[in-house]
Amino acid sequence: MNAPPAIPERTRSPLWELTLARLRIFFREPGAAFWTFGFPLLLSIALGIAFRNRPAEPSIVAVTSAELQGALQGGPQLKPGLLEESEAREALRTGKADLVVLPGPPIAYLYDPARAESRLARALADAALHPHGPPATVDKPVVEPGSRYIDFLIPGLLGMNLMSAGMWGIGYVLVDMRTKKLLKRLMATPMSRAAFLWSFVVMRALFLLLEVPVLLGFAWLVFKVGVAGSLPLLIGVSLLGALAFAGLGLLVASRARNTQTVSGLINLVMLPMFVGSGVFFSTARFPDAVQPVLRILPLTALNDALRAVMIEGAGPGGVAIPCAILAATGAVTFAAALRLFRWR
Amino acid sequence: MSVSPAALRCEKLVKKYGDLTAVDGLDLQVSAGECFGLLGPNGAGKTTTVEILEGLNEPTGGSVEVLGMRWARDERALRQRLGISLQETHLPDKLTVEENLRMFRSFYERGHPVDEVLDLVGLKDKRASWTERLSGGQKQRLAVACALVSDPELLFLDEPTTGLDPQSRRQLWDVVLGFKARGRTVLLTTHYMDEAERLCDRVAIVDKGKVIAQGTPAELIASLGGQQVVELATERQLDPDEMSQLPSVRAARRSADGIALAVEQLHVALPAVLARAEPFGLTRLSTHHATLEDVFVHLTGRHLRE
Repeated sequence: MNAPPAIPERTRSPLWELTLARLRIFFREPGAAFWTFGFPLLLSIALGIAFRNRPAEPSIVAVTSAELQGALQGGPQLKPGLLEESEAREALRTGKADLVVLPGPPIAYLYDPARAESRLARALADAALHPHGPPATVDKPVVEPGSRYIDFLIPGLLGMNLMSAGMWGIGYVLVDMRTKKLLKRLMATPMSRAAFLWSFVVMRALFLLLEVPVLLGFAWLVFKVGVAGSLPLLIGVSLLGALAFAGLGLLVASRARNTQTVSGLINLVMLPMFVGSGVFFSTARFPDAVQPVLRILPLTALNDALRAVMIEGAGPGGVAIPCAILAATGAVTFAAALRLFRWR
Repeated sequence: MSVSPAALRCEKLVKKYGDLTAVDGLDLQVSAGECFGLLGPNGAGKTTTVEILEGLNEPTGGSVEVLGMRWARDERALRQRLGISLQETHLPDKLTVEENLRMFRSFYERGHPVDEVLDLVGLKDKRASWTERLSGGQKQRLAVACALVSDPELLFLDEPTTGLDPQSRRQLWDVVLGFKARGRTVLLTTHYMDEAERLCDRVAIVDKGKVIAQGTPAELIASLGGQQVVELATERQLDPDEMSQLPSVRAARRSADGIALAVEQLHVALPAVLARAEPFGLTRLSTHHATLEDVFVHLTGRHLRE
């Protein structure tokens, strides 16, 4: 064909153009930016306030004699109130009092042993009534950074955020492109499929450099949550986590034909990990039988590794096992997704 | 590799989806430098055919050769030389016209400067607008621009003007005519006769997965036997066979509410037609130049846009 020679033009590499497009689309969609950056901050504020370390509330004890009331009035930890016996029992039943003490002999404690506050109140009352009984002890309140709930929570939120950003940012976006026939249109060009998929991975990696400092900086400024271990290791662990969830995102997107299907799949994959991977409470609360299953969930591995670095100051050796789980998740899901992926 | 003068060739093309046969033994040959139209109603198999030719769909049977190459062997090289605009593509809403175009440009080893393509499709003043803010016609021109940015030898356009207003359609036609004027090849599908007549050197009329007629628009219209069409309706029914015997009437067929005649010379036929029809209670009579629509109706008994 006698085509006139096309004028050469300096063009950027497809990988760069595709990554740039991903970043532009993301930042021009304010909703998406909020879910990635704003939501974890709001969640950490809300939970940080809800589970902040409060000064101990005094235990409320109902007594039926002025003598007992006087005996219990000693410490700041008990708040004895004088009531008729029927009123006292009523107060216990409705939870207004933690304990009822009836004069003896012998002195009787009425309480519900299933209620932690009641057991505490009983112990306190017992100690007040028998000042020379048990040996004197010293209370050491635990409030230093590293052992509070917020210290536990922040690495969990970071892990959760890496999971949802990967699943939605890759899984959902790819299926959306498939429904809009954009994937098919791109396949009609000589664009390399590898460059296309890499653009998502590069975008996730770039994002990480924003997500992690934003959440950690915020946690430090507001809650004085620090990083006991090395920051580069923390970034490395986050990167592995992001890759594992990029692979999972790719896998859930590989066959789905519409965004409803992929949303369902994403929730199906994420929900067990929200609950079972120790985001908000320790996985130790689950029975031993399910522990092996929980241990190999990628979010459990990520949260364990993040907590090891942030709280315990673990080095690379200390996070080797969870990191191996994350790397394996990434490798297996990527390989499976590439085999299954529906390009058109 | 044999050098073929044909830009595009397919033989005995078949595509089945389960029991449904979308393409049923379709042959086509498009020469380099021509604009070829696939004309047919919705569901005729045009898009399936085009997507097979574009290497986006696998045929159940038959052979395809594009620019002398085959999809199975030369996909990478072929993709560099084609421009493709699909029937519906939703380009990223939040990218500007220019950003979309630059992204597509980056996939090709060679091509047009982005500025030039923007000029070509008349979107220069919209370059910084987000795609979601464009009108339907502008979006369609951007889609064509994305296909032109590689300076392709062969351009595929699948229903490029469906749903556009007349002005937008004319703007797009100018883009296609400009491309063709540079000696390039175009394959387009449409269900608009006027579009096919305006743009295409040759058309193939496709119905139920087969080519039922092929030629230049003028040849196809001439195949009716007359350049003019007379349509008339009467209170009592006329016999088409009798009408076709009248002077200069070349063909007659029943239409929805009367009879349509293909006529060679209007001034010869009309007096005879009127004389025959008036006793039957003539209620309507109209004439127009024969179009590809008349060819389609003549061949299938149905209208293109039914």
